[in-house]
Formats: sequence, structure tokens, C-alpha cells
Amino acid sequence: MISQHLPILQIVVPLLAAPLCVLLRQRHAVWAFALGVCWASFGVALALLLRVMNDGPLVYELGGWAAPWGIVYRLDPLGGIVLLIVSGVAALVLVFAPRVLDQEIPADKHYLFFAAFLLCMTGLLGITITGDIFNVFVFLEISSLSAYVLISMGADRRALLAAYRYLVMGTIGSTFILIGIGLAYMMTGTLNMADLAARLGDVHETRTIRAAFAFLTVGVSIKLALFPLHVWLPNAYTYAPSMVTAFLAATATKVSCYLLLRLVFTVFGVPLVFDEMRLAAVFMPLALMAIFVASTVAIFQTNVKRLLAYSSVAQIGYLVLAFGFASQAGVTACVIHLFNHALMKGALFLALGCVAFRIGSVDLEDLRGLGRRMPWIAALIVIGGLNLIGVPLTAGFISKWYLVMAALEQREYWPVAVAMLFSSLLAVAYVWRIVEVLYMQPPRPSDLQSDQREAPVPLSMVAPTTVMTLGTVVLGVYPTFTVQVAQRAAEFLLGVAA
Amino acid sequence: MTTSLPPGAILLIAALVVPFVPGGGRGAVALLAAAISLVHVIALEPGTQLSLEFVGYQLEVIRADRLSLAFGYIFHIAALLSAIYALHVRDGVQVSAGLIYAGSAIGAVFAGDLLTLFVYWELTAISSVFLIWASRSEPAYRAGMRYLIIQVGSGVLLLAGSLLHLRDTGSLAFGQIGLDTASPASVCIFLAFGIKCAFPLLHNWLQDAYPRATVTGTVFLSAFTTKLAVYALARGFPGTEILIPIGLVMTLFPILFAVIENDLRKVLAYSLNNQLGFMVVGIGVGTEMALNGTVAHAFCHILYKALLFMTMGAVLFRTGKIGASQLGGLYKSMPITAVCCIVGAASIAGFPLFSGFISKSMILTAVADEHLAIIWFGLLVASAGVMEHSGIKIPYFAFFGHDSGIRCDEAPRHMLIAMVATAGLCVMLGLFPWPLYSILPYAVDYQPFTADHFVTQLQLLLFAALAFVFLVRVRLYPPEIPSVNLDTDWLYRRAAPAAVAVVYSVGSALRDAMLGLALLMVGGVISLIREVTAPRGLFGRTWSTGAMVLWAAVLLGVYLVLYYL
Repeated sequence: MISQHLPILQIVVPLLAAPLCVLLRQRHAVWAFALGVCWASFGVALALLLRVMNDGPLVYELGGWAAPWGIVYRLDPLGGIVLLIVSGVAALVLVFAPRVLDQEIPADKHYLFFAAFLLCMTGLLGITITGDIFNVFVFLEISSLSAYVLISMGADRRALLAAYRYLVMGTIGSTFILIGIGLAYMMTGTLNMADLAARLGDVHETRTIRAAFAFLTVGVSIKLALFPLHVWLPNAYTYAPSMVTAFLAATATKVSCYLLLRLVFTVFGVPLVFDEMRLAAVFMPLALMAIFVASTVAIFQTNVKRLLAYSSVAQIGYLVLAFGFASQAGVTACVIHLFNHALMKGALFLALGCVAFRIGSVDLEDLRGLGRRMPWIAALIVIGGLNLIGVPLTAGFISKWYLVMAALEQREYWPVAVAMLFSSLLAVAYVWRIVEVLYMQPPRPSDLQSDQREAPVPLSMVAPTTVMTLGTVVLGVYPTFTVQVAQRAAEFLLGVAA
Repeated sequence: MTTSLPPGAILLIAALVVPFVPGGGRGAVALLAAAISLVHVIALEPGTQLSLEFVGYQLEVIRADRLSLAFGYIFHIAALLSAIYALHVRDGVQVSAGLIYAGSAIGAVFAGDLLTLFVYWELTAISSVFLIWASRSEPAYRAGMRYLIIQVGSGVLLLAGSLLHLRDTGSLAFGQIGLDTASPASVCIFLAFGIKCAFPLLHNWLQDAYPRATVTGTVFLSAFTTKLAVYALARGFPGTEILIPIGLVMTLFPILFAVIENDLRKVLAYSLNNQLGFMVVGIGVGTEMALNGTVAHAFCHILYKALLFMTMGAVLFRTGKIGASQLGGLYKSMPITAVCCIVGAASIAGFPLFSGFISKSMILTAVADEHLAIIWFGLLVASAGVMEHSGIKIPYFAFFGHDSGIRCDEAPRHMLIAMVATAGLCVMLGLFPWPLYSILPYAVDYQPFTADHFVTQLQLLLFAALAFVFLVRVRLYPPEIPSVNLDTDWLYRRAAPAAVAVVYSVGSALRDAMLGLALLMVGGVISLIREVTAPRGLFGRTWSTGAMVLWAAVLLGVYLVLYYL
């Protein structure tokens, strides 16, 4: 039965599709092919998520080799939802792709772009699904290297430098992770995560394991763009091609966050990480710094892509904060926000892609009066912004609600909850700066003239943007799906569920 | 069917329709929506409830009782009148924002739980700011941003308080909360309401933002935000004693500012603050009579305050000026507006047979019934102040006084209709208050038209008028200081304002010093934050690769030390 092999199909199909793209070369054919692959992946991810929600975690042995020796893929509801985010965003972004790529990337490079895109998706999916810690590193490298390529294809020449700096930082991060894995392997002699978790019990006192976890912490922090290791992110997001920004913003940091959850809760374990090594003592202040500093920086930005990039850094702060509570409510909130933020940031960056397509800029200055020139896209940007603030009836509110509930549950952390709520005032400031420019400032006469000449944004770009944005509203009004998945995910992660 | 639709929802739906209607029809859509919604809320029976479940919490989207219905009626009347007044507006943003704002304020008073209340609370904040921004000027943008941050801040406090309340009590229901300083939940909620109600020191957003809104925007703004807060206080904190002194201070301190202020819409903003004080005192007293008085006063207040803002808006609309010193003598050009303004002024001052009289006297009687003598005197002083700055100053400087030489057209017809209708309501309520009394939360056993009430109020008003004439003359002829004979029973009315003025000047000097110091410190901190987070600042600029790597190394060290210890 093919349905038993879905876990491996999730990885192998896009992995093999990438070289096929290079062979196909013809750009329309490549696009159609990649689109098909991504939607197929999305279908597989959906099927897998439904299965793990109903039947509990599944384990797939590659080539039939049993666990400690062979490589296994392991999936629980948390992994399922992350797979769904990655493949779903990829599928929507590819619908968005053809017209905007024509504008941003030379036509003869399109097949390379799609190949890199599929590889990047494969890497992200692989990190999520694998149960082998060395495999994590391999997939991490696949996704990172292809991400550098994707970013460097940005039309702005500064994209090259941004990609290069990301490459330096990303490589350091990967190396640290590899060192961490190596040290852990040295002490336990296993690379299988479940096995590793079982064997760590005997050696957790050793300095080697402590050092291993320190390397892993910093490595993941870099990948996660946790303040102050976030510095690669704003430039990378700003100068990458529109659809790459949307894809990476929605998925890359989310997968890193997933990796953090996985390592801490299922491999190293809460008692070791939070009680003995007191990770929260550093993580919590950094998360709060991320929220406040990055949000404030966002207020002063003049490029909207950059502004949203800093807002992403702040949102990562929320994720880490929720993670740091190390409670079931905290993990639930973290997963909910993971999903919602992927959706809202993806939607916002797609909307900016539409704007850039039409007016060729995303500087605040050039967005004046856009509410009149592009009413629908401007409205979508506003809805996305309301999500970032956490206004009721948007998914952002659901996130905020669960984050605050998780904070309140920890009695000593209630000032954190209040601080968290007040940080949304900073979001009000940076979002409403955009809104004011969109609706309250008159468009420049020269812009209005050029509007008559230019073609409107094609439906192939507006539709995915709309779907994602309205998705945030639907999930804000009917949050049952996200909440249920997140609760199941937290149960399995903390070992509450049988 | 009607009961399944939350009140205000019709306005919210209409707001979504407006952008698709061509410019000229937008005002009409708003008007129609307000009218339908009014019918809808009148059809609503007291006791109607609608609950729905949201992620495991029971939300009460409609809770119609006498208190919420009373506010529901007046909010609708205000929305309807404002919509007529704004019929000429073609700016879709403004029309939509006005509708959302009114609709969410109405939704809020029918909200039976804190979460629903919070939803509407935030919605009023983020929609109303567009009415300020619609002036489309730099100061309006800045004032709007400050307003927005403060309003959303109030919402955030409300959410924090609600969640803490949920944690403490396990319920989200919005009923009597009561101020308990030991409970962060009730303090947060109280402060949230307080900000929106413009408590002293939390009030600056009001005078800052309202005068900068558009001509029609201010009319909308004056009706909803603060009265929503009054409703919320009446629901959550009736009989909270601290509200009595807070309210008293609110009635007194804006007087001085209102007297010296030149921008007439700002004068009205101050007097709005002062009128809120009466309601807050009423809530603080908390007896049935006092709460009835509060609701009645809110009802009348919305009408006459809207009327005053309408007339000043019409003046601004026609002349483009609003400074007291620039205006004057407009009664020749705008006679109907002038008459309406006088009606509004008489109502706010509480002239017998005008609407303010029948409601303010209820609060005063309730205060007297509780034997709160000092408070009662304070409110009397405040009433005199109202007469001074709103009752006389506004009509005098705009329509009479020295002739500014401005000749303009009378206000447009739809504005006149709105103003005349509002003025008619003010007079009608003043003459026949019984329909109003019949919708108040508690049974009314109160007779406003007694000789006693008449005499007290008239004495007060005439004295205040006298003082105004006196001041004007002093200003005109400084060497001539006509003596005024005062009976002993008038003494406290003379002495008290003087004492207040002295205390005020000392207080304000102190405050200025403190404020200066605080501003200096805050300014320092802000400029530091700006410096650090600006695009070229420490956190805003792009770090060199070396610096990034250094941070990675530093953090590795930190974690190693932490984990080894």
C-alpha cells in the first residue's frame, strides 16, 4: 500500500524533482512541474497530519532497517503541523511565482531557481520528519545552502551581500549544531533521537553533554534568529526575491523553532535542560529583548519589507518566551503562534510582493495613497497588520490569548504577561504607520499617471495572497483546528499522552 | 431572527458596504444603516441573551438589560444624528470608520462578557483614529497616533485584567467587579476603564485628539468613547467610593483650562471632561438614584455635547476658523446655528426646562441624599464653571462678542436638520423628561420641577453669568473694578473657586516642575532608545559579520558557563 510509504514520499518526491527541474529547463514546464510537486507534497502532508492526529505518532523505517541502526522517520502532531506549514506555504507561493519571477529573475535562471526552491523545501521537510539527529544536520545543510542561493537571486545587488552574510552565520550555526551532535554521539554512541534520549540519562552529568547542548543552543539560536543572533535576518528578508522572502519568513525560522522544541523536549528532556542547565535564565531575557528591541527598531524602518523582518525577530521572541515556560500551556501557545505567524507573515510578504510587482518599491514613501491605487491589496496588508497586533477576530489574537494564558499560568511570570500585552502597543505603532501611509496620505500625481499605463496585479498573485490572509481571519474566528492540533502536539511532546 | 443579530452589527456590515457605493451615496448608506439598527434595537426585549462558545469559553454576545438598552438607545440616536450631520462626507474611509466606531460602541454596551467587551473596545479604538487622521494634517497624524496608542493601551489593560480575572474567578462574565487593590485583575480593568473615561492625569488624549478630528469626526467622537467607559464603570464598579473624589476632580480641574483656551472645540473637549466628572461621581455614589442620574445625564449629555460640537463644526466648516479670538458676530450670518448653539449651551449649563437640568439635578440630589456635603458643594462650583465656559463662552465668542467681520453662508441644510433635531430633543427632554425616566435602569421616583431645584439652579446660573460679565468688563477696563455685593450665602461660591484657583496655581507650578523633570528624564530615555534603534543606531544598523560572529562566541561562552555551573 502506498499510504504506508507516505513519510518517505514526502521527502523523496521533492528531492528527486529538483534535479529533474534542471533537466527540464524550459521555464514554464519547470514551473508547472514544481507546482505539481509542491501540491502533491501538500496533499501528503495533510494526509500525514490527519493520520498522526487520529492514530498517534508513526515511525517509518527506511529500507526496513530497525531503529538504532537504520534511519527512521518519526512523526507526531507537532511534526505534522510543521510539514503542513512548509508544504502549504510552498504550494501557495508557487502559484504566486511565475509573473513575479519574470520581473525579478532573468528567464534563463528560472529552472535553477525552482530547483533550489524544491531543495530548500525538501530540507525543511526533512528536518521535521526525521528521527535521526545526524539526518537533521544533513537536511539543515540542504535547506540552508539552497536558501543562500535563493536569497542571492534577488534583483537588488545588495542581495548578494545579504546572502553571503547569511551564509557565514548560517554555516557557523550548522557547524555548531554538528559539533553538538558529535559530542553527544561521542558520549552515547547513537544518532537515533529516541535512543539518544534513553542513553543520555546515564551521562547527563558529564561536561561533554553540557558542552554539546551549549553548541546546539547557540547553533539553533542562530538558525532561529533569536536576538542578538538575528542580524543576518533583516537584510536577507529585505533583499531576497518577494516570493523567497514570503516562503522563508513563513517556514525557515518555524522549522528551527520546531528543532528547538524537538531537541529540548524529546531528546535532552525538561529536567536536564530547564532544571539542571537553567536554559530559561538566558532564553527568557533574550526573548523579551527580542520583543521589545526588534519591535522598536521596526517602528523606525522606512522599508516595509525590512520593517516586517524586524517584526519577525520580535515574533520569534514570543515563540521562545512560550517555549521557555516549559509547560504544556506554553508549548501549546508556541505551536499555535508558530502556525499563525507563518500564515500571517507569509500573507504579508506576499502582499508586499504584489506591491513591489506593481510599483517597483516597498519603501514607505512610495506606498502613499496605495489604499486608493490598490484597494484590495492594501486591505489585505491591513488585515495582516491587525494579525501582528493581535486584534480580535484574527489569528494573531488567538496567539496572543494563548501566550498570555500560558504566562499567567506561571504565577511568578505574570509581569511577563503584562509586558507581552504592552509590547503589542509597539506593534500598533509600526503597523499603523503603514496604514496611515496607505490610506491617509494622497498618492503622488505622477504615481496616478503611471497607474493608467501599468497592468494590474494578475490574479495568480492576488489569489494566493488573499487565500492566506483570509486564512488568518478564518483561523481567528474558528480557531478549533489550530488549537486542537497544538494541544495534541504539546501532549505528545511532553509525554502526557499515551 | 432579530435577536440573533448583535446590536451594532448592522452598522458594521454597512461599513463594509460603503467602499463599494459611489461617493455621493455613502452618507445615505450610513444614515439608512443607523435607522435600521435603531429599529432593531428598539425591538430588542430586555432580558434577551445570546451566548456562543469560543475555544471552550462561554461568550455572551448579547446581554440586553435596562442599563445596556438605555445606552443602546442613546448611542443609536447619536449615530443617527451624526450620520445626518455627516451626509455631505464623500470620503469612504471616514464614513466607514464612523460606522464601525458607532457599531462597535453599541456592540460593547450589549457585551455580556469581558472578552466580547474587549473585542469591541479595541474596535472602537482602531476605527475612531481614522476620524482624527481624516483631517489629513501632520498634527492630526501625530495626535491620532498618540490617541491610538493610549486607546489600545487601555484595551491591552482590559485584556490583561480580563485574563487575570479569568484566572482568579474562572469566569469571563462582565458584571459587578468592584475595586480591590489587592487584586491585579480589578486594578487593571479599573485603569482600562479610567483611561477611556479620561480620569484626571489619564485625560490628555481627549483634549489632544478631539479638536484635531474632522468637522464631522468630532461629533462622532464626542458621543461614544467616553460614554462607553461610563457605561463600563456603571456596570463594573458602581458604588466604588474612590470614584467620588475622582469625579469631583474631573468636574473641577478642566474649568480653568476651558476658560483660558482659545480653540473653541478644545474648550468643548475640556467641558466634556468636566461633564464626565458628574457621571463618575454618580457611579461612585452608586445608589439607585445616583445610577439613574448617571445614565440620564449620559443620555442628555451625548445630545447637547454633540449639538455643541455640531455647531462649532458648522462654524469651522463655513469659516475655516475655530479660535475664539478669530470669531465673533456670526449670529448675523448663521442665525439658526447660533440658536442651536444657545440651546446646547443652555442644556449643558443646566438651565431649567433644558435637558441638562433634569439629569444633573438627579445626581446632585443623590449626592445630597447621601449627605456628602463637600462633594455637593464641589459639584455646584463645577456647575458654575460649566455655565462660565460652555454656557456663555462658546456662544458668546463665536456668535456675539466683537464682530470679526466674517460673513459666510448659513450651515448646509443637512447640518441644520441635524442640529435642529438635536436641539429639539434637548428641549423636549427638558420639558418632558418622563420618557427618558421610563427607560432608566431603576424605577424613577423623582420630580425635577420643584421650586427648590429651580431656585438653586437659577441662582447659580445667574451668578455665573454675572461673573462672566464682570470678567469681560475687567478685561476691557482694567482700572475699573466694579464692586459686587455678595450675600453670605454666596460666599462659598466665590471663595471656593478662588481657593481652587490658588490651589490650582500652586499645584500647576509644582506639576510643571515635576513634569519638566520627568520630561527631561523621559526625553533622555527616549532619545537613547531612538539612538539605539534608529536605522543607523546600534540595533537598527547592519552589523559587520565579525560582530555577529563575536556575539555567537559570547553566547556560547555564556551557555557553557551556565550549563557547567
